[in-house]
Amino acid sequence: MNTDNALSNPEKDRQIFVQRIIVASFFIVLFMLVIISRYFDLQINQYQDFVTQADNNRVHMRPAAPARGIIYDRNGEILADNRSISTLTIIRERTEDLDTLIARIGTLIDLSESDIKSFYKQLKRRRPFEQTPLKFNLTEREQAILAVNEHQLSGIKVSARLTRFYPKKDLFTHVIGYVGRINENEQDAIDSVRYSGTDSIGKIGLEKHYEDVLLGNVGQEQVETNARGRVMRLLDRVDPVPGDDVILHIDSQLQQVAHDAFANQQGSLVALDIKTGGVLAMVSAPSYDPNAFVSGISQKSYNALIHSVAKPLFNRAIKGQYPPGSTIKPLFGLISLSHGDITPSTVIDDPGYFILEGVERPWRDHNADKGGHGTGVDLAEAIIESCDVFFYQMGLKTGIDKLYEGGIEFGLGVPTGIDLQGELGGIMPSREWKKRYRGASWFDGDTVNMSIGQGFMLATPMQLAVMTARIASKGKIIQPRLVKSIGGADIPAPMMDAKDEIDPTIWTYIHKAMGDVVHSTMGTAKSISRGLTYTMAGKTGTAQVVSIGADEDYDKSKLKKSQWDHALFVAFAPLENPQIAISVIVENGEHGSSTAAPIARRVIDAYLSESQPARLVTKNNVENRSYHGIQ
Amino acid sequence: MGSSDFVRTFRTPGGERRSGSSFVIDSTLAVLILVLCSFGLTVLYSASGESLFYVKRQLIFMIAGFFLMMVVAQLSLRTLQRWAFVIYALGLLSLIAVLLVGVGAKGAQRWLDFGITRLQPSEIMKVCLPVTVAAYLGARLIPPSFKHVFWSLVIILVPTVLVMRQPDLGTAILVFLSGFLVLFLAGLRKRYIFGSLAIAVGAIPLMWLYVLRDYQKQRILTMFSPEADSLGAGWNIVQSKTAIGSGGLQGKGWTEGTQSQLNFLPESQTDFIIAVLAEEFGLIGVLGLCTLYTCIIIRCLVIGISAKTQFGRLLSGGLGLIFSVYVFVNMGMVSGILPVVGAPLPMVSYGGTAILTLFIGFGILMAISAEPRLMRTQF
Repeated sequence: MNTDNALSNPEKDRQIFVQRIIVASFFIVLFMLVIISRYFDLQINQYQDFVTQADNNRVHMRPAAPARGIIYDRNGEILADNRSISTLTIIRERTEDLDTLIARIGTLIDLSESDIKSFYKQLKRRRPFEQTPLKFNLTEREQAILAVNEHQLSGIKVSARLTRFYPKKDLFTHVIGYVGRINENEQDAIDSVRYSGTDSIGKIGLEKHYEDVLLGNVGQEQVETNARGRVMRLLDRVDPVPGDDVILHIDSQLQQVAHDAFANQQGSLVALDIKTGGVLAMVSAPSYDPNAFVSGISQKSYNALIHSVAKPLFNRAIKGQYPPGSTIKPLFGLISLSHGDITPSTVIDDPGYFILEGVERPWRDHNADKGGHGTGVDLAEAIIESCDVFFYQMGLKTGIDKLYEGGIEFGLGVPTGIDLQGELGGIMPSREWKKRYRGASWFDGDTVNMSIGQGFMLATPMQLAVMTARIASKGKIIQPRLVKSIGGADIPAPMMDAKDEIDPTIWTYIHKAMGDVVHSTMGTAKSISRGLTYTMAGKTGTAQVVSIGADEDYDKSKLKKSQWDHALFVAFAPLENPQIAISVIVENGEHGSSTAAPIARRVIDAYLSESQPARLVTKNNVENRSYHGIQ
Repeated sequence: MGSSDFVRTFRTPGGERRSGSSFVIDSTLAVLILVLCSFGLTVLYSASGESLFYVKRQLIFMIAGFFLMMVVAQLSLRTLQRWAFVIYALGLLSLIAVLLVGVGAKGAQRWLDFGITRLQPSEIMKVCLPVTVAAYLGARLIPPSFKHVFWSLVIILVPTVLVMRQPDLGTAILVFLSGFLVLFLAGLRKRYIFGSLAIAVGAIPLMWLYVLRDYQKQRILTMFSPEADSLGAGWNIVQSKTAIGSGGLQGKGWTEGTQSQLNFLPESQTDFIIAVLAEEFGLIGVLGLCTLYTCIIIRCLVIGISAKTQFGRLLSGGLGLIFSVYVFVNMGMVSGILPVVGAPLPMVSYGGTAILTLFIGFGILMAISAEPRLMRTQF
């Protein structure tokens, strides 16, 4: 509408416009090229990168927890099982305000301080959109409350998951141990992929030792999720591989017998299958219920266990180190015989005490009050009646070095290598040991003390059982083992070559002497022979808890019960064809014969009556056998 | 200056001259728009998670827009030019109303709520302003004198500042450009252009320090390195680039885009819808869309070149250029070469006011293409 302007030139105006349109078109083409080359760059040049990125966005790996291997006893009884429990979990990404949410949950169900603490700890190491457990083992009521209020609690999920369960409660705690929540230290050490589906790990016992076998392999679910983490569909699934089942040598019924035999006494028992080294029973009394530890024990209950004077958490069978006392005598007698330091005809006179030259105070025999064991005491009698003076003299003659070497060969002074964590090795003293740990030279007095299993010498119940089994098998290097088979494959018994350097007649002699401990009328364990339907070889022992001066009397009335002597008993049976070796310690039980030996008898009774008809051997048969043959 | 053969092909037979009573429609433009709308609805269906809700609403706006376009196409340009300042005044009033009683989200007021529907006055301004500037300059000598440039700038800057106050910097820039491009087409002298460019460059530090808000600065920083904060401000751009890039040449297929269907892509129905298209239809789809847009832009410019009055020329040229700016700004921002501003993809993004505004613009273009050659008939 240029009509109102006289100076307008329509053709020139149009020309200006067209020029501008040309300039603008140039820019339009330029921008269009920029845009297209940008899309070309993204969609063609960087295509692969972005495809990967888009897949990373949507495809997530979700771990599928494997079932932990079941632990059975030798007869197929379940000792450690998995069972499904309801767990309250939270997915962080789906919550709005986490603290408020937890506070609100706390008003609905009971949340303990430790639940919350442990939740926040685990929250730190979770992966995006992973469920973090807040409370395990929800009751039906709690599940119902949560279900009703679920719409107000965005981000929570109640899910069933498998958790460890120990049906035998406290019976096997010191053998099997337990699993518990993975703690921070463990978190750093484990393979986070393998553990991505589980939040527990073996803490002690077999659960820890065989963690690798029991755990299994985590499965993976490849899922497509949307931007909020909701699973849209399952793309792929690799099933989890359950952990291997583990079968133990242990006989659950035998364990129960052993456990019951202790009643309220503290102590330990280890029974070994002599043919295989398999542990048939292993008791550390008192015990505790491991189920409390699986989902996290409360601080209060834990404190009660820690501070109990009976030390229920302490695994006496492999960590309790006791002076072996007289139970060591058959071994030392064997060592002296085999080195020729004494012979079966070596006899001594026992006045009830022993005087070492240059040492003012005499060593007393345990029956010094009765005037000792009298004249003509030989090794067999010294074992049967537990004559200390014989062993004082024999020990001095044989010398510390030979006793030390022999002790090591029979499993003392070093851990036995049982398939459990934390086993201690006791002490088999030597000149070197004393120099290193006591900073002093070895004296004859040390040898005298050691020759009756006192002094520096310490051994665990496991070691004493191994020693007994090796004696019973006439020197085979028996290795103790808890696990019989893993995933259906038998674990072969370790190398058990017999030590053939010891004369068979010496073995016969020692076995007979040990048999007479039980079967002879003079034997210290004769009280348990009543009604015995098989032959048993054994040795009683007493270990001092407080040091009593060699010339002082042990007066029970002056001591607290915790200072009373420990009672020990080692045994194997049947004598002719040994199958089971056993060691028993009753803390503060005073006399091996009265407290420890009956426990051993009950267990061996149960084992032999169960495993096969006991070989009926009359008392006479045993007594009539003589020590000749090695005259 | 004769038209080339190429240009002639875009002319409709009836575009030359019509009697006042005949019905005006530019069938080339109408067909292109209908194709674009169909394509847009197809993508929108996928972008909204295969829900017909948004598609239906969008379709209603498109049908309404189409009728509005045909009504506007029948208007005489003279009337439009005469009423331009009234429209402008109404536009300004609605912008002021937005500032006073507007509704919106995220701290910005953008809409006027009329109960049955909500209108976005800043979108309407994108068409009001070129009409006004073209009406002002169309009645004056070109190239414009300093005085006319000055008054034109006043006309442009008042609504620009009002939109900026909402605050909506992106739309403010587009509103400014919708007026300024008309000024440019009117032959604004190079010294003014370079002068204003120099002022703009000089103003950047001042804008950064005093005008831009933190979130706006963040958007600009994000453009340069979206990965630096890929879960926060950079999320949108990282996800849209991933969507575009993973589409490849052929795309993942309609409704098969993982980025958009699984909600990784934000604003997938509105400003970022091009990423859905790129993911599902690939580079081929992008090129197809660009071709469609290019045809529409060319048609607009051809109408401009063949317009018979200066008002018509400036207005159709301005509308054509601002349309291309929408396309570039949107496609550029979604692909990460421009900062993220609120700029919908014309005719494809979900949004009623934008659709109506575009149809009004096309209606004006059709009116221009049918405009009688007043000067010749008068002489």
